Amino acid sequence: MCTLEKRGDLFLLTLTGDDEHRFHPDTIASVLSLLEQAKSQSTKGSVLITTGHGKFFSNGFDLAWAQSAGAGAIQRMHQMVKSFKPVIAALLDLPMPTIAALNGHAAASGLMFALSHDYVFMRKDRGVLYMSEVDIGLPLPDYFSGLVVAKVGSGIARRELLLSGKKLKGEEAVALGIVDSAAHDSAEGVVEATMSLGESLAAKKWNGEVYASIRKSLYPELCRMLNLTGNNLATNNL
Amino acid sequence: MCSLEKRGRLFILKLTGDGEHRLNPTLLDSLRSNINKIRSDKSSSESVLITTSDGKFFSNGYDLALAKSNPSLSVPMDSKLRSLVADLISLPMPTIAAVTGHASAAGFILAMSHDYVLMRRDRGFLYMSELDIDLEVPAWFMAVIRLKIGSPAARRDVMLTAAKVTADKGVEMGVVDSAYDSAAETVEAAVRLGEEIVRRGCDGHVYGKMRESLLREVLVHTIGLDESGSSRVRNTGSKL
Repeated sequence: MCTLEKRGDLFLLTLTGDDEHRFHPDTIASVLSLLEQAKSQSTKGSVLITTGHGKFFSNGFDLAWAQSAGAGAIQRMHQMVKSFKPVIAALLDLPMPTIAALNGHAAASGLMFALSHDYVFMRKDRGVLYMSEVDIGLPLPDYFSGLVVAKVGSGIARRELLLSGKKLKGEEAVALGIVDSAAHDSAEGVVEATMSLGESLAAKKWNGEVYASIRKSLYPELCRMLNLTGNNLATNNL
Repeated sequence: MCSLEKRGRLFILKLTGDGEHRLNPTLLDSLRSNINKIRSDKSSSESVLITTSDGKFFSNGYDLALAKSNPSLSVPMDSKLRSLVADLISLPMPTIAAVTGHASAAGFILAMSHDYVLMRRDRGFLYMSELDIDLEVPAWFMAVIRLKIGSPAARRDVMLTAAKVTADKGVEMGVVDSAYDSAAETVEAAVRLGEEIVRRGCDGHVYGKMRESLLREVLVHTIGLDESGSSRVRNTGSKL
């Protein structure tokens, strides 16, 4: 399902297998547990890189699992939405820089997972970003919109992402300011580029707690939604 | 410490001398007192403020050495800078920072508290240094950053990579309005811009009120202006 590996300063979180890496209660719990592991092992200079195998980074929640419950489908949806929130919170709170290396498509909660990282790199040749909710008639959880508003600056970009039902390819995603890079024509290229960025960030040997605190202060509204305490009280700490 | 000059309708406020212009209580008091003079000048609502500096630094931030040797000075330094920034935000005239040297941390915030940021490209950088020196960033600094730097990626680069932003990079990022080849040219350009603004004509009082409403979130954090718009001037403590 997913693995956590350490390569020098870099933690590599991989969504394994050739499937759609849909977020199901079990995957969500696994990812959360691995993030907690990374947090507990973090030191100065740690960096997280998240990627996946195959055609998909993640295609969102496991809707089939929800639907298989018949009348209980809505309950299962709510369960997934609720249990996924701590994953986003864990990423926002992680005491190290975070980089998403998109090997393939990222949709709905899979895209939210990507956007929760400090840097997002995707492929130029393949893979799209897709907020499918408007097409399948699902309302957005508040923290999804909160994340988009926090990370995507322009009104036009937000509309394209949330309201157009468009499948955004790499170059367009860069132009809209949604991702940082779509320069590589292979998954390996993207991973290599993110590892290179990761190493240059690691070399700074930043204090992870300070890093996380400054990161959270960039997104106060989102942190409120995620119940992440703002801890940048004006202090005597000049 | 700092000097104030009037050239026609332009007020030129300068951080003088060759040092780092660290924002210690004395310099902050001097700056505030000059801003008060400007505010009470009878032609203030038809004027423009230009803030600049001598030497290699615009300002290298708070006087951390002083705060370390005398911790009781930390709170007054922070509250004096908040008051100065609140004064700049409510000032009934357009403001231009002619950044002719390095501006770090609190110095960066001081520069950004102006309506226009003009900067030399041949030397010097803007630098939010906190991540590099293990310092927490005050919430009110973040309010300035969020309101003055529009792109989330640029905010991330400034705050989470401790980027040393040169003028040209600053223009690209939307942090700096324009870049010039030398300190002298930067100041000349600020003067030209100031004169153009004066020529266009501007009711400073209306301008000041509009700026306050644009930067309301900063005022909430600096002087305790609450959401309803009524203000209580507070010089101590945090809203958080």
